[in-house]
Formats: sequence, C-alpha cells, structure tokens
Amino acid sequence: MAERTIKVEIKRQHDPDGNAVVEKFEIPYRPNMNVISVLMEIAARPVTVDGKETTPVTYESNCLEEICGSCSMLINGRARMACSALVDNLEQPLRLEPLSKFPVVRDLQVDRSVLFENLKRVQAWVPIDGSYDLGAGPRITPQVQEENYPLSNCISCCCCMEVCPQFNVATGFVGAATIAQVKLFNDHPTGKVLKEERLHAMMGDGGIQDCAYAQNCVVACPKELPLAQAISDVGRQVMLQAVKDIFTT
Amino acid sequence: MASTPKIIVIGGGLAGLSAVMKIAEAGGKVDLFSIVPVKRSHSVCAQGGINAAKNLKGEGDTTWQHFDDTVYGGDFLGNQTPIKGMCEAAPAIIDLLDRMGVPFNRTPEGLLDFRRFGGTLYHRTAFAGATTGQQLLYALDEQVRRYESEGKVQKYEGWEFLSAVLDSKGVCRGICAMNLRTMELRTFAADAIILATGGNGAIFGKSTNSVVCTGSAQAAVYQQGVCYANGEFIQVHPTCIPGEDKLRLMSESARGEGGRVWVPKTAGDKREANSIPASERWYFLEEWYPKYGNLVPRDVATRAIHKVVYEHGLGIDGQPMVYLDLTHIDRATLDRKLEGILEIYEKFVGDDPREVPMKIFPGMHYTMGGLWVDADQMTNIPGIFAAGEAEYQYHGANRLGANSLLSCIYGGFVAGPKAMQYGKNLQAAEGDGGHTAELKRQEEINRRLLSSSGAENPFKIWRELGDVMTKNATVIRYNKNLQAADGQIQSLLERYRNINLSDKSMWANTSFAFTRQLLNMLHLARVIVQGAERRDESRGAHYKPDFPDRNDEKFLKTTKAFFATDTNGPRFEYEAVDTQFIPPRPRRYDAVK
Repeated sequence: MAERTIKVEIKRQHDPDGNAVVEKFEIPYRPNMNVISVLMEIAARPVTVDGKETTPVTYESNCLEEICGSCSMLINGRARMACSALVDNLEQPLRLEPLSKFPVVRDLQVDRSVLFENLKRVQAWVPIDGSYDLGAGPRITPQVQEENYPLSNCISCCCCMEVCPQFNVATGFVGAATIAQVKLFNDHPTGKVLKEERLHAMMGDGGIQDCAYAQNCVVACPKELPLAQAISDVGRQVMLQAVKDIFTT
Repeated sequence: MASTPKIIVIGGGLAGLSAVMKIAEAGGKVDLFSIVPVKRSHSVCAQGGINAAKNLKGEGDTTWQHFDDTVYGGDFLGNQTPIKGMCEAAPAIIDLLDRMGVPFNRTPEGLLDFRRFGGTLYHRTAFAGATTGQQLLYALDEQVRRYESEGKVQKYEGWEFLSAVLDSKGVCRGICAMNLRTMELRTFAADAIILATGGNGAIFGKSTNSVVCTGSAQAAVYQQGVCYANGEFIQVHPTCIPGEDKLRLMSESARGEGGRVWVPKTAGDKREANSIPASERWYFLEEWYPKYGNLVPRDVATRAIHKVVYEHGLGIDGQPMVYLDLTHIDRATLDRKLEGILEIYEKFVGDDPREVPMKIFPGMHYTMGGLWVDADQMTNIPGIFAAGEAEYQYHGANRLGANSLLSCIYGGFVAGPKAMQYGKNLQAAEGDGGHTAELKRQEEINRRLLSSSGAENPFKIWRELGDVMTKNATVIRYNKNLQAADGQIQSLLERYRNINLSDKSMWANTSFAFTRQLLNMLHLARVIVQGAERRDESRGAHYKPDFPDRNDEKFLKTTKAFFATDTNGPRFEYEAVDTQFIPPRPRRYDAVK
C-alpha cells in the first residue's frame, strides 16, 4: 500500500525581479499538520516531486499561534495565516502563493511595511506625557473596555488589505486595519486628544472615502475584528470633522 | 565623553522596547535591531497577565508579599535585591501601561481587575483578556513608533545580530549584524548595546517559544566572553497543547480562573471525558496540594503531571496527556476572561474547550537562566547590557506565572537609563574600536559556510538536538543521561563542520541565517546540560531523582558559565546568592508556607 502523502504546489520567485515558477512537492502525511509544518518538512528535505534538488522555501513566521501576524499567504487562493491552516481541512494539492498586493521579497515572503507607515500617518498611539510615575490611568467601564478590546487584537497580518478591491499601490488606500486603529485611539480617553489630526489624515486620497464597502475585509480577518463597525464609525467621524472644518476655517 | 550617547538595542520585544522608550525619552540616540518587525516579537505570545501588588481586592497584598512569593517560587536562587526592586516598581508599571491605553479588564467601578495565578494566594495579576502580552507589546510598540516618527529612534527590522564589536581593551564598541534580505554584513558603532533577545526554546526543538527564540545572540556573546548564568534552569510549562510544528501554550490563567486538572482513575478508560462521573476522576493536584490546588507553581504541576502519566500510568487513553477542564464554568465568563486562549485550542485542535475538557501535557516554555548581569543590567563585558528573558536575574530556579512580562519591562527600564549613563562616561576608543577586525571575522564565517560542501542538513541536526535536549534536560534529569547528551551535542558540533547549505544564494536566504543560529544553539546546549550535570541537588525547575532535596550548603549558588577557547566548551564558576532580606526556608506547596 502506498503511504499517504500531502501534495503541495508552491509559487516561488527567487527575488523581487525574478520570474515566478511553481514547484511541486509530495511529503509524508502525519495527522494534525498545519501548512507551517509542511514547509518545515520541505526545508529538511528540499527535493521536488520530480526528484529535483531545490532550496528551502522562504516565508515569514514566528509565533505559530496566529498572534504575531507573520505568516499570512494565499492558501488555495485564500488570504490566511499558514499556522492556523490545518492540512486535514484543506483540499489537495495545497496551493501556496505569496500575498498578491504586496511586493514579493522571495517565494512566500512579501513586504508589508506599508501598514506600519500607515500607523504612523494616523498617529496610532496614546500621547502620554512621559513614562515616569504619574499615578493611575483614567477609569474605564467594563462596557467600554469590552468594546475597544477587539480592535486592539489586530495582528497586522494585512489579510484585510489583500482582499480589499480598493487596496493597491495606485490608490494608496490605507485599508481596514488602519481605520480600525483610528477608531480605537479616537475612543480612548487620552488618545482622543489627537482625534482631529487622525481624522484629517483620513481625509483625501487614500483616506476613508476610498472605501467602497465591499466588506471582504470583515470575512478575511482571522481575528474577527469588528471592521464594518469601525469603518462606519470612522466614516461618520470624518464627515462630522469635515463639517466642523467648514465652520472653523 | 559622548554628551549624547548612542545606544543600540537588539530585540524589539517588551524588554527591548522598554529600554528604547526610556532612552528616547531621555534624549539619547537609539538604534533598534530586530530579526522580525518588532510588532511580531515573541512577547505577543504571553497570555495570562502581569503581576503587581496593587491590592485592589481588599486582601492586604503588599509588594513585600509579591517579593516573598517570587523568591520562594524561585526556590531562593534569585538574588534578592533586584527582585525586590522589581516588585516595588510593579504597581507604577501597571499604571503606566494603563495610561498608554492597554485595554486591561475592568471592575464595575472602572478600576483594573486582577486574577489569581500560580504560586500566590492573592489576586495580583492584571490582564487584558487572554492576550496580555500582545496588548502590552502593542502599547510599547506604539510609543516607540511615536518616537520613531519624531526621528528619535532608528529601526533596523530584518537585521540579525551576529556579534559584539570589542576594542583592544575588551570594551564593547558596537555590533556586527546581517541584513536578512541582502545578506549584507555591516558593523554599527555604539557606546553601549542592550541585548533583549529573549529565550532559547528552539534548542529544545519544539517548545512554546516563537521561531526566533533560538538564544543565538546570547550564545554569540557568550563565545565572545560574556558569562552565561544558571543555564540549567529551564521552565517546562505544565499545560501545553502538543503540535507537529510547536507546543502551544495553554495559559496558567485557565487554572487561575478555576480550571481543574484531572485524569480518569482507571488506566485506559475509553469513555469520553464528559461521561466520566466525578467520583471516577482523580483531581491529583487538588488532592496533593490542598492549599494551592491547581495553582501550584509550574515546576510542581509539571512534575505532578509527569508522575501521574509515567509512574501511575494514568495518561488519557495511555497517551502522555491529562485533562484541563473548564467545562464547569459558564460560557459567558469563559468568553469574557479567557476567549483568546480558548480560541487557540479550538483553532489548533478542533474541539471547543467550553464543552470538552482540553488535553494537555508539559512542554519547554521559559529560560530562567541567561546572560549574567549586575545591578545595572550590565554583563561582565563593559558596554554589553542585557534585559528580559535573555538575562538571568529575576526568577531564580523557577519563574512564577505573570512575572515574565513584569521582569521584561522592569529590566528594560533599568537597562536603558543605565546604558545611557555608562555611555556618557565612556572614553573614546583607540583606533577603529575593533570594527574592521570583527567585520572580517564574520565575513570569514559566512565565506566558510557558503563554500562548505558536506552532506549534513542543518534542519535535521536541529531536530536531533531538540530530541536530545527534550529527552535529557527537561523535567527529570540523570547525570548519566546528561553526560551522554553532552557527548551527542559534541558529535552534532562535529557534523556541523560538514554542513550542506542547499541554498547558497545571497538574497533572503533564511536557511543560511538559520544555519548560523544553529551553531550558537549547539554551544548553548552544552552550557545547559553541563550546568545541570554539575548541580547535584533538586531546586525549582531542576529535578534529579538521585538528589531529590535542595542542598543550600553546596548549591545556594549562581552557576556561571564562561566559554573556554582552549576546549571550545564551557568552564564553570559559582557565585553566592544575595539572600539578605529573606532567609532561605524549605519550599513546600502542600502546606501553608
């Protein structure tokens, strides 16, 4: 009897300017494997199904618990985290590709630094006076904590941006992850001191007006952030700010 | 000399970011190096919470009590002065985190809520759902991003630390690092450097640690002369979810919120967990430790589970697993307090732990030992500082749950300003401070690796190392096995010379970077097994059946390992422990202490 195997097809690209090729692998099956353990198996024996020696696959990963946000890729066409993609639940051959909206570094690794730049643009932080002892923070009711906590669970995986029809290099649209952070910090008792500046950053090209409410982001988010609510709330805040700006300038 | 010292921080987890924040705030110049974008650092994995004796539950908790629990939990191996400082600073650290916007859970009055954790009888652990580490890391990441946007911090993400640059007098003058995309080697000048590079779980193959937690940076400076302390103290967390790629942590908060550990009383009981009546379940922790119950410290719980599985033969269905049961707690409470960790179990195992008891087993989790540092967080090499899990000084022989996040932040808060102070008084280097020579040494290492044409796959050597370490140097240790393990590691070192890099390209070559880390892991593994072999006693996480008692007369001492260039292996010294505040007493969790 032939041993049970896992069939994998991986889109590989040696460097940002290289041509993409698909390499096929077949590795021994074990129960409870995830896509990461498949890639680890290939690294330990980098040989294609045709017996051709190749190189271990380059990909980003770190925590393997779906909390660091490193290992997002396209798995059978869907943007998701490789660590939480269990082989037993996936159709074979597994098709692994890099996210398509970000520049490829190599193989499955892409450059997602645009998100961190966006977070700077909207000042996604609480501007504290200093790190010395200034006593207790503001009181916050459990209800408010429970509303804000989910927004603080964003792992910067960029799946929401990958699936967004509006997000691409040309539009410069910030994407849902950044909008959610605007809401999070605008709702914080201290963070709201920068509310106007954040809202101004969300106006104009690439701002929230570029969102076409396709809501693909809501479905793709592995942490189930309340993105639709965040987009609609920030959209309203921006509109009110725009009205206010008319009367104050 | 330098009016504005230049500091390099390596590692962007909680310890590194804390140090960066303090340096930037004090007007210093700081470069932050990290293998991964700092927001993806391993600190995100911490789940349960952070300890501080805020005494908001009317229990009469004090920072002294926190100090005593920490020292006692660490089986008196920790130097008491720094631990006392950490516990006293904890309440203000929580306030600061709260001001930064960490979404801590709240009481109805809007105050911080606290939960219980292992090794204490007080509600002392502040928490943000079950993702406390993630929330804390993000808060610090945001503050550092703010400084970065003001031009006060320069980030080098995607650069891997390879070594310290030392001048002719042995003083640190900077670092050598490798760009993980271009594979370029470069040295960077600094008046002081802070290593905040985390633990070394990868040495054990599978652990709860992240991929980057190889201990490579610590091992690199150890080979350059930095002392490595208490390497033999490795925390095996009692409740992990076994996996193909790693062991996933099931947080202690599951027990803090009432989770109960049990096995069926009958060996090989085939029934579903829920259909086994209470009278036929053995809640062994509650029986053996009536006062602390399921909340005994991690080393105690780990050995108990080990014993029930291997001595009593009562693992679930004959497998090395026991139940961790939350099903008696209502869904709403579980979702409010533990949702994050329950989702992990659900996602990676496929069962809902609100309905079915979880199956767990102990796994390598935390590195108590680390780079030896003094009260200023400086190692024995002038200008090399360390903070966080990479150093050794806050947890003694066993770390208490929810003290790790605290020690990272506190250590970073000490290291940052102390490194600044040191830098201000530093005399200028002679010549180029050793930069040219260090760059050349590292280029030579790369050149040799790339021209190696052996037959050994680095990932296979790594797997073997992990097996050797997990088998011989975790829960139960025997001298004979430790000696054999050291021999096996030496033969892996021998095979390493015959390595085969299947990828020799100079662009984003992750297996090349890994192969460099592997050599460092092998060297650090020897420090762990040899340190364990020499310590003929049982203390905290270090347990030898042949020496079942703690021996204060001989071993109330810090193990200090130095790399001996003549033997290419560790040389050991021992140092007395600072016990000036709390005299050592027997550590027993089956009775009130």
